[in-house]
Amino acid sequence: MSAVDTAQWQQMAQRMASGDCTLFGLWGEPGRVHMAVLDHDAPAIAVHSLDCPDNSFPSVSAVHAPAIRLERAMRDLFGLDPVGLPDTRPWLDHGPNPTAYPFLPVEGESLHQIAVGPVHAGIIEPGHFRFTADGETVVRLEQRLGYVHKGIEHLMHGATLDQAARLAGRTSGDSTVAYALAFARAVEAALGIEAPPRAAWLRGVMAELERIANHLGDFGAICNDASFSIMLAHCGILRERVLRCAAACFGHRLMMDRIVPGGVAVGLPADGAARIRSLIDEIRVRFTPLVELYDATASLQDRTVGTGILHPDLARRFGAGGHVGRASGRNFDARRSIGYPPYDQLRFEVPVREEGDVNARVWIRIKEIEQSLALIEQMLNRMPEGEVRIAIEPTGPCEGMALAEAFRGDVLVWLRIDAAGRIDRCHLRDASWFQWPLLEAAIEGNIVADFPLCNKSFNCSYSGHDL
Amino acid sequence: MTLKTLLQGLRPPVTEPVPALDDPELAALAAKLDRTAQRRLGRSLSIREVDAGSCNGCELEIHALNNAFYDLERFGLRFVASPRHADVLMVTGPVTKHMRQALERTWRATPDPKWVVAVGDCAAGTGVFAGSPACIGAVAEVVPVDLVIRGCPPTPTQLLQGLLALLQS
Ligand code: SF4
Repeated sequence: MSAVDTAQWQQMAQRMASGDCTLFGLWGEPGRVHMAVLDHDAPAIAVHSLDCPDNSFPSVSAVHAPAIRLERAMRDLFGLDPVGLPDTRPWLDHGPNPTAYPFLPVEGESLHQIAVGPVHAGIIEPGHFRFTADGETVVRLEQRLGYVHKGIEHLMHGATLDQAARLAGRTSGDSTVAYALAFARAVEAALGIEAPPRAAWLRGVMAELERIANHLGDFGAICNDASFSIMLAHCGILRERVLRCAAACFGHRLMMDRIVPGGVAVGLPADGAARIRSLIDEIRVRFTPLVELYDATASLQDRTVGTGILHPDLARRFGAGGHVGRASGRNFDARRSIGYPPYDQLRFEVPVREEGDVNARVWIRIKEIEQSLALIEQMLNRMPEGEVRIAIEPTGPCEGMALAEAFRGDVLVWLRIDAAGRIDRCHLRDASWFQWPLLEAAIEGNIVADFPLCNKSFNCSYSGHDL
Repeated sequence: MTLKTLLQGLRPPVTEPVPALDDPELAALAAKLDRTAQRRLGRSLSIREVDAGSCNGCELEIHALNNAFYDLERFGLRFVASPRHADVLMVTGPVTKHMRQALERTWRATPDPKWVVAVGDCAAGTGVFAGSPACIGAVAEVVPVDLVIRGCPPTPTQLLQGLLALLQS
């Protein structure tokens, strides 16, 4: 964490724009703004903080578009003023009348618009999509998010570590393990402590179970959106088996509140390892034919190959995490690229592809399931003995930051603990912040009917983004 | 070989037996449901899900109701795409200020007789986001609620028990 002046702040923005470093986060608080940046030749992410007593600061997005939504959110949440921000419409604050929003104008002959949401047809989160189409072809998608803005950063201010950990774990329920992990590691970084080795390995087991469950669910759902519902049915069974195993081993189907600052809240029961091993065996046996089916079904391939292409250059510029980035050539995985226990002691591959289409994102998921199964096996085989939780002692004011790889990409958590040991400020940045805008780009030129497929292959979080 | 391996996964059948309605709150609800409406609907309900600010955890478990273990449709219960086709609104989340209007509109678009099921601690008004200035709180503060299914998130079995209570009186 380093304090910078206005000139240094602007210089960092320029370096992002020229591709020398990647923006990992941009957030604020009254009188101060922060950016998290990964320099391409640096081993770790740096946080730069700029004091702005009058709440105004030079806009990063004036030169680097991926920062636009983050800066719009900073305006809404803290009244900060990014000078030079190219788009000053509100983002997370809908004001008294949520239907009044100036969508961007669209001009051209024979164009029509389709407005979808916030309440969608399926069981999904709320958001609004404004399609402009020329016949069947989408010429522009504009998203409007913020419907599930819950005021998480506001609730964090003054929360005890226990309360804050529960909140962090509910930023995006599908990634509750990853959020709890990033939060716990940020607290531990701030306090200068490490969770016991056994706790780190148990955290790893939970994180991989969560990844497998989500990838299974999405693999099935993507195929279902291409009218191949048999995959959804079989993946649904496998996903359910993962959740039941999680409930039996850790006491909660989604493993909420199991990872806490200082370690884990529960150990593995006596039959836990055997249960997880038999789950791994079952998935291996049943998942392989599903992958064969996917690969051999022309009608499925017809829908996914060449659909919703995200150009590698955009993925790199936006620092797209997770399968979205890795299907478009961006070789970043926080478990490897940043590295944290237990992954620094485990063998695994980070699958990367270049095509950037729905099919590539599907294959990244498939390969990651295989990697996660192997990772869990390694962890069970070599699980260190010992305690699983250490007590947290307040040390006075301190700051910490951590990254954890959720199934959809890296989650960044930055926080400051006050003198009383409570949370002063906590910012949680979902991978979706940098993925949502890319979905707008990926759908361009595709037919409207392919949107559900593209959307599901990204599967961005609304709640994680809306905070 | 493919099909055979897949089918082996379904032997013995994975479908769960009907869960017992052992919760007195649910039994009481079942007893007080309007009988005329019940006769009109028979043993079938169409459900429209509304996320009013959930963390998406509740949605994951609602989704699970459709998997082969819980197989919601065998009870005559099914999710529909429009509130105009729905008998039941299943609402999750602490009702963010930004979702209030959409929830009210969805409720008005649902024809009578209708029921509202508040799903999860957030929708009950007791979740982790309670007290946030960005949230209204309990679903019951915005639309009339007939049944609350607590949990963070409630398990599919708990959800199923609640829905079956709506069918049995
Ligand atoms: S009740 Fe729990 S799982 Fe459901 S929306 Fe609220 S925080 Fe998420």
